[in-house]
Amino acid sequence: MRYLDEFRDPKIAKKIVEEIHTATTKDWGIMEVCGGQTHSIMKHGIDQLIPKQIELVHGPGCPVCVTPLEKIDKALAIASRDDVIFTSFGDMLRVPGSKKDLFMVKSEGGDVRIVYSPLDALKIAKENPNKKVVFFAVGFETTAPLTAMAAWQAKEQGINNFSLLVSHVLVPPAIIALQSSTENRVNGYLAAGHVCAVMGLEEYYPLAEKYKLPIVATGFEPVDILEGILMVVKQLESGKYEVENQYARVVNSEGDRPAMDIINKVFQVSDQKWRGIGLIPNSGLTLTDEMSLYDSEKVFDIADIKVDEPKECISGVILQGLKKPNQCPEFGKKCTPKNPLGATMVSSEGACAAYYAYHRRENV
Amino acid sequence: MCSAIPGKVIELYDKNSMLMGKIDYAGTIKEACLAYVPEVAVGQYVIVHAGFALNIINEEEAKKTFALWDEMTAKAESEGLDIFGMPLKDKK
Ligand code: SF4
Repeated sequence: MRYLDEFRDPKIAKKIVEEIHTATTKDWGIMEVCGGQTHSIMKHGIDQLIPKQIELVHGPGCPVCVTPLEKIDKALAIASRDDVIFTSFGDMLRVPGSKKDLFMVKSEGGDVRIVYSPLDALKIAKENPNKKVVFFAVGFETTAPLTAMAAWQAKEQGINNFSLLVSHVLVPPAIIALQSSTENRVNGYLAAGHVCAVMGLEEYYPLAEKYKLPIVATGFEPVDILEGILMVVKQLESGKYEVENQYARVVNSEGDRPAMDIINKVFQVSDQKWRGIGLIPNSGLTLTDEMSLYDSEKVFDIADIKVDEPKECISGVILQGLKKPNQCPEFGKKCTPKNPLGATMVSSEGACAAYYAYHRRENV
Repeated sequence: MCSAIPGKVIELYDKNSMLMGKIDYAGTIKEACLAYVPEVAVGQYVIVHAGFALNIINEEEAKKTFALWDEMTAKAESEGLDIFGMPLKDKK
């Protein structure tokens, strides 16, 4: 397919791998923020192609994985109601809440539907005026303009039986939180290309400056990721810390104006809990007061659902890049993709699931 | 969830005053919302995520990348050197 195969060409990949080997002289920790990139790294064995001195630290960029348990439990409570059609991206259905997941609610008779796009959820609301239709709005800046559009269209078209259960997260505040941790081992970042496609690069300049970090907006194909790693390594080896764009075929530095405008119309920045990590200031989006009619948390009486994270799963440490999935005692034993204990084992973008799928089971 | 794929815009139309279009993904045709790429034209490639085109693929930038690779591999292979002018390393 055009613009896909070129970025999977083994010959090009090999060339870039050689360049990375030549460029690397010291130990470096490089974090790929996005779970889609983690998945690609494991699938193509990129972690095994690059020099031993480079450690790829897998970041918290899987929205399924960082959606707080409390939000899942709220989703389960709403989805169990008779008057509700609960709609969601498919990968949220198996995320374990404290007692069950959305699939179990569905098998118990709840009307839970997988949709491809938030606009499909809106269509369901239009077709079912006597039901309350909820969309589970999770995701990073990449997904926020899509759910924002669904809410905006609901308002424009006067569809008042539609609401969003919002758990949107933002990348730059997460980088600040990771950099502020004393255990941080990350020297440079591959910023998630599709997040940058929406938001541009603006927010990353002060971060690169303040923490002396090379930050490279990077795509998702193997050649993209290798090229991103090479760009970070070259900066690190020469003592530079700049924002660069590997993914210029998609990302422009100003971002996507119309998408940012609608995010700002519908959402406001707020503190957000991340599963396994805890509260990160200003790291999430919630609906503005004017849009509160479309906020499931206001439509339904669920404010008293408060839940703490379970103890046995170390996904929080993994999401901060402090441990690898195969260092978890339950990895591949009590915890498998069929029987996930934690959210990082559920989504194919979760680090634990990616390690499991591509046989990185030996302990490192 | 954040995977977004390239596809070619083959038709543009309006729906509920939103710009929509048909996208061809190597033969599979699907509808997508094009509100975030209002300047798009039929024949251009876009990156689509969950039913929304997020950006138009910049063909100039893509071509630059391809040209760079061609140059890099061709030159290095002809000389047995990498792009820093070092002999290509033997790897296991
Ligand atoms: S392997 Fe399972 S239990 Fe261990 S951290 Fe990953 S999700 Fe949690």
